[in-house]
Amino acid sequence: MRYWRYILVVPLGLWFALLGAEPGWKSLAEDGLHDPLSPAIGILQEPESALSLLPPDSAGNRVSWIRALRERYIEPRTNIFPETKIEILDMDIIMDQTGELPLVMFPHKPHTEWLDCTNCHDRIFVKKVDANPINMFAILSGQYCGQCHGAVAFPLTECNRCHSVVRKTFTGKPGVQPKLTSSP
Amino acid sequence: MILMILVMVGSSPQVDAEYADVVLNRLSEANDMRPVIFPHWFHRIRFRCKVCHHELGFEMRAGANQIDMGKIIDGQYCGMCHNGQIAWAVEECHLCHSGKPGLKTGIRGGSETAGPGRW
Repeated sequence: MRYWRYILVVPLGLWFALLGAEPGWKSLAEDGLHDPLSPAIGILQEPESALSLLPPDSAGNRVSWIRALRERYIEPRTNIFPETKIEILDMDIIMDQTGELPLVMFPHKPHTEWLDCTNCHDRIFVKKVDANPINMFAILSGQYCGQCHGAVAFPLTECNRCHSVVRKTFTGKPGVQPKLTSSP
Repeated sequence: MILMILVMVGSSPQVDAEYADVVLNRLSEANDMRPVIFPHWFHRIRFRCKVCHHELGFEMRAGANQIDMGKIIDGQYCGMCHNGQIAWAVEECHLCHSGKPGLKTGIRGGSETAGPGRW
């Protein structure tokens, strides 16, 4: 048995729990970034006035941005230049090199609803299954998925949102999935 | 293990900032202005990531964009919208330059991971 990992994981869990304990949104004057003496305080929109109206989540901005978009709480612009091509790709990829953790299911659809293909391809990821040496150490240091997840997209404490497919019950093949499953 | 917890709690960085707020202070304070606070949450309610990170060419790494007021006035970067038509114009200096003095450039508000800036 590898007990050493619990020695690492338990205090990490406690650390996250302590940090995540405080609910709600700080006012701009109290967020530690805005200067309370700035004339912008009182003019700029306060996070709570916008974010409290959106579908809730437990992490990040405490907003489910995916639901906010799908359920039309928000309708953010897709482009400014009329000639920009908007591409949405509905393709799920399953990655099985995850050690003992559940498999990772990467859904292109929610990603392409927000991002352009070129944001990831081929700058961060090569467009080929198994061609990207993704690992959690790299992700935690801000590479690959970690370029957004943990910075602006849901944070890296939410393991099961990516590691979402139980290995034992998965009977298909890893890689690009046939269009049967529905994306989150 | 207790020591480890104490070290972690003791070293917890500022966690009050809204998730993904970006501080821009490469040039601001050197030019007697407050640092810029860019709120991702405000912008993503109105624009998808691809608008700024594809059409406008913002690199997805805090500090990687060589933004200055000249470029903004020319309509690049923030200046694509902050021109008095889509959003407030550059004359409203203090609305962007609203940060506390002394802040370092970087992405903040990792309210869950509270990791070193970028994660």
